[in-house]
Amino acid sequence: MNWFLACTEQDVPDNGGACIKYKNEQIAVFNFKRRGEWYATQNLCPHRQQMVLSRGIIGTQEGEPKVACPFHKKNYSLQSGKCLNGSEQSLKIYPIKVENGMVYIGVEE
Amino acid sequence: MKIIVVGNGMVGYKFCEKLTSQSIKCQITVFAEETRPAYDRVHLSDLVNGKSPEELSMSSVEWYRERGITLHLADPVLHIDRCDQKVTSFSGIEAYYDYLVLATGSAPFVPSIQGVEKDGVFVYRTIEDIEQLTSYAKKAQIGAVIGGGLLGLEAAKALLDLGLEEIHVIESAPRLMPRQIDDRGSQMLKSKLESMRIRVHTNKVTNRIIGNECISGVQFADGSELFLQMLIISAGIKPRDELAVKAGLSVGAKGGIIVNEKMQTSDKNIFAIGECALYEGMIYGLVAPGYEMAEVAVAQLTQANKRFSYYDMSTKLKLVGVDVASFGNPFACEPECKTLILEDKNKGIYKRINISADGKYLIGGILVGEAKDYNMLLQITKNKILLPPNPEDLILGTGGEGKENSATKITDLPEEAIVCSCESVNKGSICNAIIAQNIESIEQVKKCTKAGTGCGGCTPLLQELLTATMKTQGKYVRNVLCEHFQYSRQEILDLIKLKGFRTYDEVLDTIGKGDGCEICKPAIASILASLWNEMILKQDTIQDTNDRFLANIQKGGTYSVVPRIPGGEISPDKLIVIGQIAKKYGLYTKITGGQRIDLFGAHLSDLPLIWEELIAAGFESGHAYGKAMRTVKSCIGSTWCRFGVQDSVSFAIRIEERYKGIRAPHKLKSAVSGCIRECAEAQSKDFGIIATEKGWNLYVCGNGGTKPQHALLLASDLDEETCIRYIDRFLMFYIKTADPLTRTATWLNKMEGGINYLRNVVVNDSLGMAAQWEAEMQQLVNTFKCEWKEAINDPQIRKRFCHFVNAPMEKDPTVEFVPLRNQVKAKDWK
Repeated sequence: MNWFLACTEQDVPDNGGACIKYKNEQIAVFNFKRRGEWYATQNLCPHRQQMVLSRGIIGTQEGEPKVACPFHKKNYSLQSGKCLNGSEQSLKIYPIKVENGMVYIGVEE
Repeated sequence: MKIIVVGNGMVGYKFCEKLTSQSIKCQITVFAEETRPAYDRVHLSDLVNGKSPEELSMSSVEWYRERGITLHLADPVLHIDRCDQKVTSFSGIEAYYDYLVLATGSAPFVPSIQGVEKDGVFVYRTIEDIEQLTSYAKKAQIGAVIGGGLLGLEAAKALLDLGLEEIHVIESAPRLMPRQIDDRGSQMLKSKLESMRIRVHTNKVTNRIIGNECISGVQFADGSELFLQMLIISAGIKPRDELAVKAGLSVGAKGGIIVNEKMQTSDKNIFAIGECALYEGMIYGLVAPGYEMAEVAVAQLTQANKRFSYYDMSTKLKLVGVDVASFGNPFACEPECKTLILEDKNKGIYKRINISADGKYLIGGILVGEAKDYNMLLQITKNKILLPPNPEDLILGTGGEGKENSATKITDLPEEAIVCSCESVNKGSICNAIIAQNIESIEQVKKCTKAGTGCGGCTPLLQELLTATMKTQGKYVRNVLCEHFQYSRQEILDLIKLKGFRTYDEVLDTIGKGDGCEICKPAIASILASLWNEMILKQDTIQDTNDRFLANIQKGGTYSVVPRIPGGEISPDKLIVIGQIAKKYGLYTKITGGQRIDLFGAHLSDLPLIWEELIAAGFESGHAYGKAMRTVKSCIGSTWCRFGVQDSVSFAIRIEERYKGIRAPHKLKSAVSGCIRECAEAQSKDFGIIATEKGWNLYVCGNGGTKPQHALLLASDLDEETCIRYIDRFLMFYIKTADPLTRTATWLNKMEGGINYLRNVVVNDSLGMAAQWEAEMQQLVNTFKCEWKEAINDPQIRKRFCHFVNAPMEKDPTVEFVPLRNQVKAKDWK
């Protein structure tokens, strides 16, 4: 695995998301500041194949961090990628770390 | 492992998709007869409505290449050598297999009628068929379809859409859709179709096709004739089993490759799936069971344990605009069951339900003309839910919504009724769990009882059970916002105001718990905006997507832009600016229902640029993205109209300028009409004003939408000032007390005392709040700022308008547009 330098910490709004371009992939990065946690998932919502998850509202369901797709409010766990309110495919989850204000995403070599 | 797939229809494609999503090593080769990769045959009729063949495509040549699948198009397999496990194709390719999958589908069944080869006779199966008949239809006025089944009626609809003047459906059976509906249902469907230029002939056997080279008519067995220029034959399907027959595989007497529950044919290395497969004497001519078969076949190759079993053929569809549904056993009859029938020839509705002889269960039924209860009836049938004492209420309704129907109330059902069929949990055990374990949320119900964890279809029933059971326990069912706030919207609004909170985080920390969610964040964002009217993008991540980017998200992830055009009045210069901007940014333009202009297809990063130009030309945000005051529609009124009694445009502009952008629990719409003729349709708005000889009548709480409701008269013959004061009070009362996402109409419907109570509050000031509300409204009006003007002037906010944060100049490469009447539209989603 490779750590890819995605952006700076400030590039991602507090308690929100932003979209990262990595080669031909689109990766949604979430700065869950309230919990002091960072997450990265695929940007594509499997439900209608839309590249929008980074624009979704994040939150929790019974303590599990999640993102809601802006189109039809499909909820996905940010930890496992599993769909929480339907039978959509799971999201791909990427490893993510923040060091010295820089955000790195783990990608396959 | 070498796998060869013969056929590249929908099911053959699904097989490839399912197989390649598994992590097994295999080499797949596909032989297809048609020239294009798999496409969506179910929506073939969309071609006559302007869709292109590309839009029906389910996959592409690249798709196969990316997955390492070898695809031979226009090269059908001609021979199977089972000893050597080898196939030979039309072009002479020889390929070896470990497993062979036959997905050869079916062909239209064409009865041997004399003259069937003439020009103008078509079948309805492939894109080429549709293309040919579409071009032929240009010179035809009268057309007919042989076959009154599902596909035949689809074909008739296509002829209707192609603009033929007269269309006939010819069915040899005594009724239409003989597999799905009964005689009386067919009668009802027939009369509906005949009101739409489609003539139906049942019990008609076609003997001969008349004409020289081209068809000019058909002759029936009874000697009668029908003159026409084109004919579609849709008399059923015959499975494509000729290859299997040649290879010596077992086939059914009437055709179809015999398979077992693993989809294996009589040769265990050969599978058959889709419409060519015969399982327990039945060909499944729908796509859903075909997909299921593809999954079962994949499971065998991946050592998974999955078997095909009887597939429920219940179905609901819209045929030529008429709802038709059939579920369970639609034809069950006495003595096996008792049948209840509702026939309303006035409204064109036919409903039949079959009830078990002991009156306890629903066995099946038919719905024609109206099928909104289909899902509920299907659930009751599949789950074997015990019927209420008056099962006739299931189809009679009580004049209201299905849910208010007393017969469908879950509380009336006995303890042993199965509520969740996936996990087979009955009503009694759910109620007991709710009481014994003190359950107060639907999530807890699911956790403790497993009910609702399968398909989820019973969740509304669970909610109803939970609410009812909690009530019997004397528990107050609180109308709380979500799991993070144990308060209603009204309570939260009062608390925020009392404590002077300005941010979501303060509110969550003080009166909430956890980390919030997509329900409470926008709801509280709306309350904060209604109370303080601060720039909403100071807290952008609690806003819904539309508010977060101050535009309306559309299919494909682009946005639409609606500049404010108060009262619908716009100067030629401003019209030109809108046109120029739309051209420059490649936007699709359309007039909205609220007398404005919507510009679609804007990339996120173009939004600030577009608004910079709009603002320079004097436009302001139209708040079409917000749960906020949108637009005030108007008719031209007394300035030009010979009937007008007041200047409705001027008043509409004044109203719109006053309330523009005010955030509320839901969107707000208004209109002003200049006379009693009501051309602005003010009575369908949240608040509408109609001119009288003496002043203005004020109507409130109207709504279009799924449940249209006329606005009710609040006060008459008002002068402009009084009218505005009443609207101030009305709006503030609504903003303070309505639940989230509740329109004014629903808010009024829930209000005890209804319009009389509301009139007392607004006109007679019965709560003594009038002065305060008017002052608060004035405060909102005074603090109005155009959000877009603020956004483009704030570099921090502007920075957020990009798709890739690490490549801000790049647009989303996945956005695609397709041409539409000299403009563009978003590419359809899957």
